Amino acid sequence: MRSVIQVSRVRKSYGSTVAVAEATFEVYEGEIFGLIGPNGAGKTTTMECIEGLRKPDSGSIAVLGLDPFRDVYKLQNRIGVQLQQAQLQKRIKVWEAVDLWASLYRKKTADGDRLLDQLGLSDKRNAWFMNLSGGQKQRLFIALALINDPEVVFLDELTTGLDPQSRRAIWDLVRGIRERGKTVFLTTHLMEEAERLCDRVAIMEHGRIIDIDTPANLVLRHCPERTVVLDVSDQDTAERAAERFKTIACVQSVERDGNQLTISGRGDLVTEVIHCLSENRVRVTDFRAILPNLEDVFLKLTGRSIRE
Amino acid sequence: MLRGLWKLTWIETKIFLREPLGAIGTIIVPVLVFVLVGRAIATKAQAPSMSNFARVGLPVMVTILIVISTVISLVTIISIYREGGILKRLRATPLRPQTILSAHVLVKLLLTAASLLLMFLAGRRYIPPGVHPPIFSFAIALAISTWSLLSIGFFIASIVPTARFAQPIGAVVLYPMVGLSGLFVPVASFPPALRTLAHALPMTYAVNLLQGIWIGDPWSAHIWDVAALVGFFVVFTAISTKTFRWE
Repeated sequence: MRSVIQVSRVRKSYGSTVAVAEATFEVYEGEIFGLIGPNGAGKTTTMECIEGLRKPDSGSIAVLGLDPFRDVYKLQNRIGVQLQQAQLQKRIKVWEAVDLWASLYRKKTADGDRLLDQLGLSDKRNAWFMNLSGGQKQRLFIALALINDPEVVFLDELTTGLDPQSRRAIWDLVRGIRERGKTVFLTTHLMEEAERLCDRVAIMEHGRIIDIDTPANLVLRHCPERTVVLDVSDQDTAERAAERFKTIACVQSVERDGNQLTISGRGDLVTEVIHCLSENRVRVTDFRAILPNLEDVFLKLTGRSIRE
Repeated sequence: MLRGLWKLTWIETKIFLREPLGAIGTIIVPVLVFVLVGRAIATKAQAPSMSNFARVGLPVMVTILIVISTVISLVTIISIYREGGILKRLRATPLRPQTILSAHVLVKLLLTAASLLLMFLAGRRYIPPGVHPPIFSFAIALAISTWSLLSIGFFIASIVPTARFAQPIGAVVLYPMVGLSGLFVPVASFPPALRTLAHALPMTYAVNLLQGIWIGDPWSAHIWDVAALVGFFVVFTAISTKTFRWE
């Protein structure tokens, strides 16, 4: 795997406020890499240092082998950028923005009309920016970020403020960018977004990267607890099954409430419970596995919920 | 450096014209003032003082109005663009910062030229007979004055905290300068302190230059006005590059 972004010991403060205390990570070619954390964790500052919009106080950054601050114009020809809460001129038309952006790059650009078509904006070509909906604005910003057929695409809080439906549509678009061989670097404070979209994530809090891995590995490493809740037909069966479950190695506790059993443990709990059920021919009327997710990982690592 | 300049200038011109109030304020209002005041004067008795104002004062006053609304509209647009993150978004492209700002100056110069042209067309019959203003030279004098005052606009734009303050601060800085510029009362008749102040303000040189060129002075008579305006431009541009904020 070729590494396209290297960030090493980057630090950035504004006056006495430390936005990024230390960030070190790498992004590989062709992956969707997510920088996740609550608002104010330093995600945007980190991203803007990588895009060459800010100069870090110390540390080094290389993007496609270039120094983003020194070679900013060279770099901007090869990357695509979507900024958090950016706006365009209120009365600029969609096609004018695409046309302007296309004229700015030295190399051959993507076909603007085709991009608008792919992003479902064809019928909005002549609309003013101010009259677009939130989702349409974000799709236009994606179009602008892709106009120069970039090698790396930066997306900052892409789906913030969008309804779930537009959010899903945009996730599909981002996966489409990866399918075309591009690298995607994104920030989000939505754990669901990170879990569904990112190949790897870096968790950031108070300006520091706490851990980096695939979402599944992060969950496995930090939150190995698993819980199974199941219902059986009668209390006798429940009691009998409870005794069986207690003999499984990875089970830590079994609680019974009438016909319902709550089995807690770690590791391969779910597989072991299913195996035990079938071996003992226990008829189950309801079965639910409760698995931790990135949200729980975050809570575990930082002691607070990301929503706070 | 020039990549995107013409396209951005053209798009910004179109965007400006799509905003009805902006276009009316900067183009139509000064022209209307000229026509209405000109008409009022023309129908009054041909008193010598009146005709002198019609001959020189009025066109220069309207021209100054054009310049001021141009500068204020630049200040407003830049601060709105900054507040909305538009400047930042434009900067995250291969567009150079100076290209973005140059495009705005070009748009403003274009609009100023359009206003001037309209003023001449609409007000031709209020220019007293026997007066043949050198339109081409006057347009150049106007361009120099606008260009110089726009640099002050950039300076104001670089220090106003939010877009809401841009317009009032622009007005508070610019309009009083007109009072001291010698347009209504000759600078020579000011008390010494005010006279010194007047000479420290770019508007005074702009008014002197425009008045002189309008009545047919040769450029050589106004070399110092031009030099002063260029000086103001250099100084304020230099300060602005230090104080300008993109976000």
